[in-house]
Amino acid sequence: MTVMNNSKNFLLAEVLNNTSNGNYSKQIDTELSVLRNENISKPIIFVGAGTCGLGAGADKTLAAIKEYVETNRIDVDIIETGCIGLCSSEPLMDIQIPGRNRVSFEKVTADQVIPILSTVLWHTIIPLKKVLGQFASDQNRAWDGVNFIHEHPFFKPQNRIVLQNCGIRNPISIEEYIAAGGYQNYLKTLRNYSPFDICDKIEQSGLRGRGGGGFPAGRKWKFAAQEQSDQKYLICNADEGDPGAFMDRAVIEGDPHRLIEGMAIAAYGIGATKAYVYIRAEYPLALKRLNIALDQARDYGLLGKNIFDSGVDFEIKIKMGAGAFVCGEETALIHSIEGKRGMPRPRPPFPAKEGLFGKPTIINNVETLANLPTIIEKGEEWFASIGTKKSKGTKVFALSGKVALTGLVEIPMGTTVRQVIFDIAGGIKAGKKFKAVQIGGPSGGCITEQNLDIPIDYDSLLEVGAMMGSGGLVVMDEDTCMVDVAKFFMDFIQRESCGKCIPCREGTRRMLEILEDITHKPNNGSSHHALRRFKGITQIEKLAKVIKETSLCGLGQTAPNPVLSTLKWFRHEYEEHIFERICRAGACTDLRTFTIDVDKCVGCMLCVKKCPTSAIIGAKKTPHFIVQDKCISCGSCEQVCKFDAIVIN
Amino acid sequence: MNEQTKKILNKYLHADRDSLIPILQEIQESEGWLSESSLTEVGRHLNMPVSKVYGVATFYNQFRFQPQGKFHIQVCRGTACHVLGSATVLQEIQKALKIKVGETTKDGLFSLEIVACIGTCGLAPVININGNFHAGVTTESLSEIIESYKEKINI
Amino acid sequence: MSITINVNGNKIEAKAGETVLNVLSDHGIKVPTLCHLKNMFPTGSCRMCVVEHKNTDKLITSCSAIVEEGMEILTHSPRVTEARKVIVELLLSNHPDDCLYCVRNGNCELQGLSQELCVTERRIQGRRNKLPIDTSSVSILRDPEKCILCGRCVRVCEEIMGVACIDISKRGSQSIVSTAFDKGLNTSSCVNCGQCIMVCPTGALTEQSHFAEIKEALSDPNKKVVIQYAPAISVSVAEEFGLEAGKDIAGIMNAALRKIGFDYVFDTSFAADLTIMEESSELIKRITENKNLPLITSCCPAWVKYAEEFVPELIPNISSCKSPQQMAGAIIKSYFADKVHIKKEDIYSVSIMPCTAKKFEGQREEMTNKGISDVDAVLTTREFVKFVKLFGINMHEMQGETADSPLGIRTSAGKLFGASGGVAEAAIRTAYHTLTGSELVKFKIPEIRGLKGQKETQLQIGDLKIGVAVVNGLANAKKLLDEIKAGRKDIHFIEIMACPGGCVGGGGQPINLDEQAVKDRIQSLYRIDDTESIKVSHKNPDVIILYNEFLGKPLGKKSHELLHTEYQKRDVII
Repeated sequence: MTVMNNSKNFLLAEVLNNTSNGNYSKQIDTELSVLRNENISKPIIFVGAGTCGLGAGADKTLAAIKEYVETNRIDVDIIETGCIGLCSSEPLMDIQIPGRNRVSFEKVTADQVIPILSTVLWHTIIPLKKVLGQFASDQNRAWDGVNFIHEHPFFKPQNRIVLQNCGIRNPISIEEYIAAGGYQNYLKTLRNYSPFDICDKIEQSGLRGRGGGGFPAGRKWKFAAQEQSDQKYLICNADEGDPGAFMDRAVIEGDPHRLIEGMAIAAYGIGATKAYVYIRAEYPLALKRLNIALDQARDYGLLGKNIFDSGVDFEIKIKMGAGAFVCGEETALIHSIEGKRGMPRPRPPFPAKEGLFGKPTIINNVETLANLPTIIEKGEEWFASIGTKKSKGTKVFALSGKVALTGLVEIPMGTTVRQVIFDIAGGIKAGKKFKAVQIGGPSGGCITEQNLDIPIDYDSLLEVGAMMGSGGLVVMDEDTCMVDVAKFFMDFIQRESCGKCIPCREGTRRMLEILEDITHKPNNGSSHHALRRFKGITQIEKLAKVIKETSLCGLGQTAPNPVLSTLKWFRHEYEEHIFERICRAGACTDLRTFTIDVDKCVGCMLCVKKCPTSAIIGAKKTPHFIVQDKCISCGSCEQVCKFDAIVIN
Repeated sequence: MNEQTKKILNKYLHADRDSLIPILQEIQESEGWLSESSLTEVGRHLNMPVSKVYGVATFYNQFRFQPQGKFHIQVCRGTACHVLGSATVLQEIQKALKIKVGETTKDGLFSLEIVACIGTCGLAPVININGNFHAGVTTESLSEIIESYKEKINI
Repeated sequence: MSITINVNGNKIEAKAGETVLNVLSDHGIKVPTLCHLKNMFPTGSCRMCVVEHKNTDKLITSCSAIVEEGMEILTHSPRVTEARKVIVELLLSNHPDDCLYCVRNGNCELQGLSQELCVTERRIQGRRNKLPIDTSSVSILRDPEKCILCGRCVRVCEEIMGVACIDISKRGSQSIVSTAFDKGLNTSSCVNCGQCIMVCPTGALTEQSHFAEIKEALSDPNKKVVIQYAPAISVSVAEEFGLEAGKDIAGIMNAALRKIGFDYVFDTSFAADLTIMEESSELIKRITENKNLPLITSCCPAWVKYAEEFVPELIPNISSCKSPQQMAGAIIKSYFADKVHIKKEDIYSVSIMPCTAKKFEGQREEMTNKGISDVDAVLTTREFVKFVKLFGINMHEMQGETADSPLGIRTSAGKLFGASGGVAEAAIRTAYHTLTGSELVKFKIPEIRGLKGQKETQLQIGDLKIGVAVVNGLANAKKLLDEIKAGRKDIHFIEIMACPGGCVGGGGQPINLDEQAVKDRIQSLYRIDDTESIKVSHKNPDVIILYNEFLGKPLGKKSHELLHTEYQKRDVII
């Protein structure tokens, strides 16, 4: 505790209250490098203990490490970090010994702990088998023969602003955050700039909202900044509902102080003294770390009344979301915080004018806010120099699906989709053929082979019928059925539709029903069903148009996108499903045909008894036969057959 | 009124409607579900019609209106999980436990729920049992996982 | 400030701050709506009112969009009409197909829109949500399959009535309008006012019909079927029969009801006069004893149920007088039965009320005498109109007749009960006479007339200064009662009517009610008061005879037995 208090007093006196703009004496510099864990006196073992790491077994790895150091009475520090982004290599363990570069090891399951630790700690040798790479440092000596992590193909093309500390620094150490320059950008903001300056700087930087719409952040702030009101609010939207995106979780788990600092800067710009973080209840770890970080910030006087004698008050409260995708929409989110059903309302009035509790409110998502400290630190020109003409800075993407490497990557805007999938993520898993990548989640669309070379920015994606969204990239290979993917999104969206407006509530349900008709087997071969399927698909585009044009909020307005996009690029797959009644990828299990191999069938009658539609006929001890018109492709015959006699096509 | 609920409500004296969802979350956290009597109490406490409390509670996925099992299984149905076979995982669980989504096994051990996305897409398909994540679930690993929870009871 | 917008190529002057919908409507352009409720904040949920906004090339909802200088709007372009059509088709895609049998056939808004937008086939097929009909309430029937989730009932119940017994629950295509825990309406705090029915665009909300029982009674030779009609009825139905809107057709109604086969036809306004005799006495008694003040009227059964549920602490303040419907019922089955020598068991007593809550009131246990109900069946105004049509009565050919005596003569004071403020005004007129022995010089009390939600006045009667408050809409009542509970002392008498405008705006009135219709009906009532000579209840000759022959005096023993009752706290899910 005294050490902590000493660090606190030191940081308050020499860093946070020091207005010399980062020009420290040599002695202070040294102390800071100690706090940054660059200059260490005993080994440190870092474990990537984000939710994804824990899911991959990091908790067991951690336990094994603790047991090992305790039984061998080795004096080390163990630090749980967030996620560095390379999920497919989890669990990750880094070791740093005094004077030497920190080295990261991948896939360190519990049984790998002892061999690695003993080799490094006792023999000062890096076992190369599990090495991911070493971190470059000018304070410590490099390991020979060990690759640098920034040279790793997964990390090399990245430009990490938002993720710069994730998986590297201790997320719940405010000391380390401050020692690495943290909160000084907020204090610089308070000391050197007017709120208008801040709005202006952010507008100049070209930062656009990272939550989906891509509205210029600074311009949005100015709307609220202009409003006269006794109270204004800032809301951080951390209700990452988009299935396939998890960067907000990673940022909060891995670097919560960055978010807090970003929020403080934004709040100052718009004149808000109260803020909410609206965070998913499904993110317990993020919640826990954010709470710890908030307490630390309060303890340092970085939140609260009259912050560092600036006359500025600022406080952050946490509100847990309760599971509703539509609460990503601003007015729905506001209703949810107010304790109402999370249903959107017509805009205008925009929240910047009339938002939470009727007061001017700005809502930004986690990634947008997490960019702010660095923009203040390095300047708006620097930020604007990254990216493309209309999309500045970097974007974090969550890579998942059928790629070799999955995880989070932060790339400069303008990187091509091909680079992301084939250079960074190592291409398609198991040598399969690339089919499409779904970008932007349920509001987005897919990008196919022919568009792989488009630069990733807001506008280029829209041009090919996709959307930035919150940055989920789900890669699909030849085994993925695109009709099934479209149906998946439609099912998701119709379940998540709030039900308020008719086009979204009824329209998305109808679209799903049409897709279900296409992918389900008719109970009988009547022409009525074929006609219905055919009519359905002619309706779907018309429906989509009206849903997009007339829905109340963004959820409905973008709901048909996945269907429209797959219809555009994979119309032949739809046609096969409708007319030939086949699903090449085998994903639409209802379209499988079941037959009985007469050579293998012994006539045991088991399948006959099990068949729910009495589609199997046959007498005892003679081979059975499936009546195709009656078969609903449920597969129960295949499950009961002991002789492998059921053939599936 | 249930003691636990009373304790929670006492933390929110003079609270307004914006405390509704946090209160419901705390009650569910402590009791595992939201009973009619707790919803009625919450309405009374916040001076809100119960119809509105019910309207809000039924809007959000998180809230349950039946007691959950000792082990609550959440199957992630996010995009990445779907592409990597979460539909099969869900089917297998339903078959193994003989319950459907939203139900609880007769012995009260397991309840099943689907969630939109747990946010661990890199490890898909994922399930979460009482807050513990299980990554890269396959048909084989699934039966091991379920067995391991059943064993916990035996111990 | 005036601004100019361009609508369908024509320049239109509009007031700044107005919604596009209002401006269009003022200029004679009808844009269809489903969720819109006049004078309420737009929710933008139905999307029917979309118009094309040329400036942004988007479709915008005219109910929520505010006019802007230079705005260019297309209200009926192909893009707009197609979008509206698809929205209606989406609603129809899983809507029940029983329009021909639906109670709203012919005045259903969804049906109307489908016709307007030329929907001629079911292009979109949808799976139906199978949902049970809620028949638990004695007043209101809910069919969730016909519900299109416009939310109007929910808003009226909460914002106008302050009851909020229903809300939209669940989400997306599973959404339904439900009570707490999706239980029957009878377990909820529903006060049966029926305002939800008035705003429902489809047949999802209707009254519980007593049609069949009444028809059966009419054809039963052993039954004497008597009928009474409330003060508001005769000024509310003329337009339903193609007669001049707002016209008082009491005489025609009397004739028609006799033609249908009712044995005796009474005017509930008579009982209203009787109510005034009792209630004004009660008021004077309470003021002189300074007990249970303010006195609150009990004519409105929706308000009474509201009080039992939401403000039971004020039950002692509520007048012990039964409502006119129940007083009439009680007198019919006692005094009248004796007079015409019919056993009260053989009387089937029907009423026509502008109200659905009266159906509830009619079957209340407090409203029976030795196991026999004062009133056996209640028809709403809507049902009455159907009844007339069912029996093939041509109202144009009816010659006016008078109602049967002794419950047929009314004063204009009794007739005023139909409008908000009427009960209070009639009561003051008689109280003035009782206290001072003389009549008010001018009978009108304009401060408590009109459509305003809350009206108040202070009156000097002899030595007494009496504060009178009149509220309509239970949400307004709640505000006033909160003040009373907080210690406000200057109000001695409160009239509460649940429905906006009073009974003329009741939940049993013809659908498609607009503010103008309510105003016309109120005007008609005041015109009667202006033109007729007996303007005070205590001068009703039949009422005088009734007291002389039967009741004795107001608040006497007989009155207590037949005309008064008491209420208790009611446990429901609130």
